[in-house]
Amino acid sequence: MTVAERTPARPRRVGVLALQGDVREHVAVLQRLGAVPVEVRSPSDVAGIEALVLPGGESTTMSMLLDSSGLSRELEEMVADGLPMLGTCAGMILLAREVVDGRPDQRSYGAIDLAVRRNGFGRQVASFETDLDVKGLDEPMHAVFIRAPLVERTGVGVEVLAEVDLPGEQGRRPVVCAEGGVIVSSFHPELAGDGRLHEQLLFNVEGD
Amino acid sequence: MASRYTGVVENREETSAGAPVAGGRTGTARVKRGLAEMLRGGVIMDVVNAEQAKIAEDAGAVAVMALERVPADIRRDGGVARMTDPALIEEIQQAVTVPVMAKVRIGHFAEAQVLETLEVDYIDESEVLTPADEAHHIDKWRFTIPFVCGATNLGEALRRVSEGAAMIRSKGEAGTGNVVEAVRHLRSIVGDIRKVATADSAERYAWAKSLQAPIDLVEEVAEAGRLPVPLFCAGGLATPADAALVMQLGAEAVFVGSGIFKSDDPARRARAIVEATAHFEDASIVAKVSKGLGEAMVGKEISSLEVKLADRGW
Repeated sequence: MTVAERTPARPRRVGVLALQGDVREHVAVLQRLGAVPVEVRSPSDVAGIEALVLPGGESTTMSMLLDSSGLSRELEEMVADGLPMLGTCAGMILLAREVVDGRPDQRSYGAIDLAVRRNGFGRQVASFETDLDVKGLDEPMHAVFIRAPLVERTGVGVEVLAEVDLPGEQGRRPVVCAEGGVIVSSFHPELAGDGRLHEQLLFNVEGD
Repeated sequence: MASRYTGVVENREETSAGAPVAGGRTGTARVKRGLAEMLRGGVIMDVVNAEQAKIAEDAGAVAVMALERVPADIRRDGGVARMTDPALIEEIQQAVTVPVMAKVRIGHFAEAQVLETLEVDYIDESEVLTPADEAHHIDKWRFTIPFVCGATNLGEALRRVSEGAAMIRSKGEAGTGNVVEAVRHLRSIVGDIRKVATADSAERYAWAKSLQAPIDLVEEVAEAGRLPVPLFCAGGLATPADAALVMQLGAEAVFVGSGIFKSDDPARRARAIVEATAHFEDASIVAKVSKGLGEAMVGKEISSLEVKLADRGW
């Protein structure tokens, strides 16, 4: 697809969940792409947004703050309405259908049919960066994995856009997945300033 | 070579041995600073056992700091304060899923080597413990685990970054329940960043000299208008409003030590500080969470202190 086809007809209002985490990096990427980022901290911030980004951070903290801020119900509605969404790392955990070994009170919103394991790649000592081929992208993506979630199961409707090879029985694991208008990644493209998944998110808004 | 500090060019040997994926690079500046970026907007809480660690995680802490004694007790007991017993750190690691940090004495690289084998998520080279070296901080580039260091001013912060710190926290005065030193240090760092950002190219050299910091780090601050690593705040925070204050002054996250588990109702206070930190610009939320929290920890006047922990470090 050409750049012209991807260029939005008008600037899109894209919410960035701003309760905790690397909000600034996502906002910067969206601004560079010509979208209008809106930081979302309370239910009154969601009016008129056409897509939502869930950033990296601590998913247990964000889960608690979603409940206390009243945004939990808004997020459930946005998922039910099929709003285009992008979640990186903790955002992937929040958007997954199931969190394996999660805390009992941890919420996941089921926007994409995945089961994920928190910190499935290990502790910080095992955090890493690497270059990855992503389906549909001409150039590899520079991927920064920070205590990243591991995908344990993908539903039938889920398209796997990138994978990594893990040693032994763990085998090949998805690290970028999409279903409907929802895209998730185990890693942080925003930390390397890569906006191509965000660009796809904006494309999904146009496709609505 | 380009700046060793930018996170793009490394001066340490890159390791890929510990990476879960072939060719993946661990312990790079970007990976180390990346975890600090993920903690932004959150609260890191001091805990002394697994039970407190669970209370902290339940309350929404983004990470916990595993200690044998909180700073208020270190201050009360006196004597030499050292790295925490590895068995206690492991117990806390098993109790929670959020990142676990632990402290080493300033300059004590052997304690840091021990913490690296335990796979703690962050090492705090901390003035709260008794310094082991009066001239040298740890060469933090040599480690795969990221380090956080305290600073009272911009020069100290940049010297720590030059040694490889991946996060800076303003020191404040730990164990006092008094926020005044945290405010002083944060204002000093943030205020000087603003001045450096408006300096012309010739003035930057003068700044490097007066800050006693490498010129390429001063250049980086001048261009970006912020530190090359996240700036968090620590030392004396005790209330939700304290957290909102330092976040508005430019902190990107907060450490709360004695302030939680030396208060009447730690679980409620912990949660209230988490909410106030996330919503630091919304005074109505800070007001709501501040209601009926019970007694905060008993605070101390700075002038009454026998030892100022913030004076440790160079």
